[in-house]
Amino acid sequence: MTTGAVAAPPAAAAPPRRRRLTERAREERRLAALLVGPALIVMIAVTAYPIIDAVILSLQRSDLRFPAQSKFIGLANYGHVFSAPVFWQDVLHTVIITVISVSIQFVLGMCLALIMHRAIFARGLVRGVALIPYGIVAVVAAYSWELAWSLNSGWIPKLLGLSGDPLSHTFGTYVAIIVTEVWKNTPFMALLLLAGLALVPDELLEAAKVDGATAWQRFIRITVPLMKPAILVALLFRTLDAFRIFDTIYIFNQGAQGTESISMLNYATLLNRLNLGLGSAVSIVLFLFVALIAFVFIKGFGAGAAPGGEG
Amino acid sequence: MRRRRLAGFVIAAATTALIAGCGSSSKGPVTLNWYVFPEPSGSFAAAAANCSKASGGQYNIKLNFLSTSSDQQRVSLVRRLAANDSSIDILAMDVDWTAEFATAKWVHPVPAALSAQIRSQDLPGPIQTATYNGQLWGVPINSNTQLLWYRKDLVPNPPTTWGQMITDAIELARKGKPHYIEVQGAQYEGLTVWFNSLVNSAGGQILGPNNTVVIGPTSRAAALIMRLLANSPAADPSLNVTMEGQADTAFDMGNAAFELNYPFVWNSAQKTNPAVAKQMAYAPFPRVAPELAPRVSIGGYNLGISSHSKHPDLAFAAVQCLTQPANQTTYAVKGGLAPVAASIYSVPSFQKAYPFHSLIKQQLETYGLRPQTAAYADVTLAIQKALSPTSNIIPGSVVTTLRNEIKLSLSSGALL
Repeated sequence: MTTGAVAAPPAAAAPPRRRRLTERAREERRLAALLVGPALIVMIAVTAYPIIDAVILSLQRSDLRFPAQSKFIGLANYGHVFSAPVFWQDVLHTVIITVISVSIQFVLGMCLALIMHRAIFARGLVRGVALIPYGIVAVVAAYSWELAWSLNSGWIPKLLGLSGDPLSHTFGTYVAIIVTEVWKNTPFMALLLLAGLALVPDELLEAAKVDGATAWQRFIRITVPLMKPAILVALLFRTLDAFRIFDTIYIFNQGAQGTESISMLNYATLLNRLNLGLGSAVSIVLFLFVALIAFVFIKGFGAGAAPGGEG
Repeated sequence: MRRRRLAGFVIAAATTALIAGCGSSSKGPVTLNWYVFPEPSGSFAAAAANCSKASGGQYNIKLNFLSTSSDQQRVSLVRRLAANDSSIDILAMDVDWTAEFATAKWVHPVPAALSAQIRSQDLPGPIQTATYNGQLWGVPINSNTQLLWYRKDLVPNPPTTWGQMITDAIELARKGKPHYIEVQGAQYEGLTVWFNSLVNSAGGQILGPNNTVVIGPTSRAAALIMRLLANSPAADPSLNVTMEGQADTAFDMGNAAFELNYPFVWNSAQKTNPAVAKQMAYAPFPRVAPELAPRVSIGGYNLGISSHSKHPDLAFAAVQCLTQPANQTTYAVKGGLAPVAASIYSVPSFQKAYPFHSLIKQQLETYGLRPQTAAYADVTLAIQKALSPTSNIIPGSVVTTLRNEIKLSLSSGALL
């Protein structure tokens, strides 16, 4: 779908470069360039080119159905996007789903990570089982949850004793979509947090225990601060993903009941209406939102900083 | 301690060999690729084989099934047509795509001789769906129209108007009997079909000539019926997510007294719940006004020939064979698809498989038509969004909302 911004951790600060390179060093550089070159070309072909093409398209009136009417119209498409009430409604829907689902995923993911970290026996089994939802194809997961929530065939309305159809209402549909997202993505969150837990030295926790710190204090004062880089990376990854939510909503109801996300709007404009200019403008705006989120996480909170590096 | 490593999956991109449809060699039959919605009974496959054989080695029709959803079929076809893909020869176009495909010059106009034959042979509704600017752009292969299906054990006399049907349903609800009216209320094409049937049945239209928006009192009457139903006990609690399939299931489960749907529900009920099927009866689509005959939005498919096909003449010959009455009868008897040729409606074997044949024929003669515009995809999206959920339709402003949204949808610069 959309191109996600990837937060590359900044490379360790390079030492001041020597002016003169030895023959051997020059050779090594050439080899390095040769090794990296193909990957770079592929990246340009599959990432840079489509993005640039989308930017160019977004500055045009371009419709697959009316190729003769294509023309350059500057930033008009962006004007249409920002002045459309439906766009801002969809931004709101997307933010609601992102904030709530990522928050729940974080809390549950942390619990799951602690369980996986502290599991005494059957460690591999616990970790394997916990990862199953993440391994299920997104569309399949969305279908099974949609069936589970539907009034006639599903077990959830029966379990909750509902007489109405939850998927007929905005609130019920949001709950169903968020539950699906949480179920599907919590394991990934847990996995990233588990890596962070491994950074916390046992000696520190034991020392705190000796000093009389309670379990909660040890968690909040020692574990969380030391895990901060991992937490931020986990939140960043999940937020970027959640903000581009598409499959679950598409399967549930294609954005009906006021659940349309920005990606759904993008799909409808590009693939149903075949309006390439306007659709590309939506894509670029979504890309900028995602880039902004990444920027705020990295610059604002220092995600991706080296472990222990306190800003 | 054993460390588990997370294995990364490397997805190897499989390169698909492109098969060039045919060379210019004079030897061997030409392959004609027919892209069409999935037809489970096998009657399309049989017809393709028979027509290929009958061509005397001129062509060989290769069947390619698309997705079941009409939206997905359109997306798959459009992507290839817009990219000048010559590997599509014959394509099944949903009846609401004609204006769009014709305007974009993705399909050839139907040659004069074949057009004349279609006009003399087919029912007026299907012909009109394939016509744009006075020219035929596809050859109708099957049609479709919704009937009123009801439970004769609950409803001795079928209602003839929407108002009466809703009253009957409320009365059944009071008696604690199954009473839902199953109709397509989800935000998708089915909602536009329902709305358009109501508008046309009220004597109105959505778009006039040259894309003028003619939303008026008839649209208001239509929207008010939708709202009345949605807020009455007649509405299934799942109305907002009901498409054709869900309506069929709910009726077969015995929850409903009425259902507005296509004829596939007849065979489906026999298979799913014979007890309900025994009590199932059919009647004409209900009227909006007692004095006006219903005009139900026509469904079905027309076969077009891609502008990028290398063999348009052979493709038209193949289409002529695929749509000949003998084949249409097979599609109807084996696959349940409503024929477009008028003569078939008097064939006994067809009448036996299609007990409601005279109602279908009547509704294909006095028909309703969804707006014929190149921007249909935009217009229908605007209608769906303006009317969904049907329970929240505001009587005072629905006409203004619809008119503004549809006008907006006809301009290239509006997000919907």
